[in-house]
Amino acid sequence: MELTVSDLAVARGGVPVLEGVSFVVASKEALILRGPNGIGKTTLLRTVAGLQPALAGDVSMPSEAMAYAGHADGIKSVLSLRENLEFWASVFGTDRVGAALDAFDLHALAARPAGALSAGQKRRLGLARMVVTGRPVWVMDEPTVSLDVDAVTMFADAVRAHLAGGGLALIATHIDLGLSEARALDVGPFRAKAPMLDDFDGAFL
Amino acid sequence: MISLLTRDMRLAVRAGGGFGLGLAFFLIVVVLVPFGVGPQSGLLARIAPGILWLGALLACLLSLDRIFALDWEDGSLDLLATSPVPLEGLVSMKALAHWLTTGLPLVLVTPVLGVLLNLPAAGYGPLVLSLLLGTPALSVIGTFGAALTVGIKRGGLLLSLLVLPLYVPTLIFGAEVARRGAEGLAYTAPLAMLAGITCGAIALLPFASAAVLRINLR
Repeated sequence: MELTVSDLAVARGGVPVLEGVSFVVASKEALILRGPNGIGKTTLLRTVAGLQPALAGDVSMPSEAMAYAGHADGIKSVLSLRENLEFWASVFGTDRVGAALDAFDLHALAARPAGALSAGQKRRLGLARMVVTGRPVWVMDEPTVSLDVDAVTMFADAVRAHLAGGGLALIATHIDLGLSEARALDVGPFRAKAPMLDDFDGAFL
Repeated sequence: MISLLTRDMRLAVRAGGGFGLGLAFFLIVVVLVPFGVGPQSGLLARIAPGILWLGALLACLLSLDRIFALDWEDGSLDLLATSPVPLEGLVSMKALAHWLTTGLPLVLVTPVLGVLLNLPAAGYGPLVLSLLLGTPALSVIGTFGAALTVGIKRGGLLLSLLVLPLYVPTLIFGAEVARRGAEGLAYTAPLAMLAGITCGAIALLPFASAAVLRINLR
């Protein structure tokens, strides 16, 4: 199990933001992507997750191995917390709802409609979804936004448990996650130099 | 995939889900038409099939922008796109859920509303049959339109403009079946055309919808 990114170039809104990004994340390892706002961390993660095409380079990992968590948690507010998790469990074909509730201490809230949760509780639900997927490669974007100190510890423990089980994680953040053993990669040096793509419309202007 | 369908059905039925919106609109149109046209039962009977079809079509149109917009806003669409469910399956389930919560209820209330428009007795069977065959096409075509406009804030206007021309063939043949039925004529030919449109839409459009969804998610 390995996530290999080689010489990847990504673009946002037609403008290249990062190029020449290469790294390898092995099993039982977490890589934390750092960099200032707007450098392209989210774009890089979405490209790794296959949500948008790369300008150049390759992403290779085993197929059907990746679970992605973006800025939005994808929570349905009229469903209860447990129903939200059960939906994802059935989409991914797992039965890990109990484990996910344990990992983020959500048992007491399980019957609450998700719309009645606080921002931090919603975030915990969003992170619990990653446990539910049961997938070995976690790609996460700013996972600890709006979490309190205890919840960040819960998250760090969940990631450690995931890694100990042979998984790997790729996390973009600029907040300390409490994962001191994880490698960090600053994406700043990979900032793209070319200002614009050869745009098709340019020929008509 | 089944869990997607049950989730969408559950979301539609629970508070704020929009179930009943199309139905209420359909009811309002059909109840108001006799007031607008005046108390001429002969004229009403003649326009009833067309009015019922048009009402059902507009009611369908009303709820289209909800198909993907809510999942887009809360980020579920990104998460679903990275899940094991293929996007083609996702859009098919979305269309099916839309039909079950909008199209099918419209078909079921049509016989009741036909009474309000003085629809001739011979017309009920063909009308219900044509709606039953035609409304799935409306949902599938509408899902394609919704996929095209996902991510556009207040994209409802654009969606209606894109989808309306695509709805025309369904409306023409559907209303023709209902009209011929009401006048006691043979309606096999337009019914076959209607069935053909629906089958073609169900077979081809999920692939187109999935493709445009992939582009819109970038």
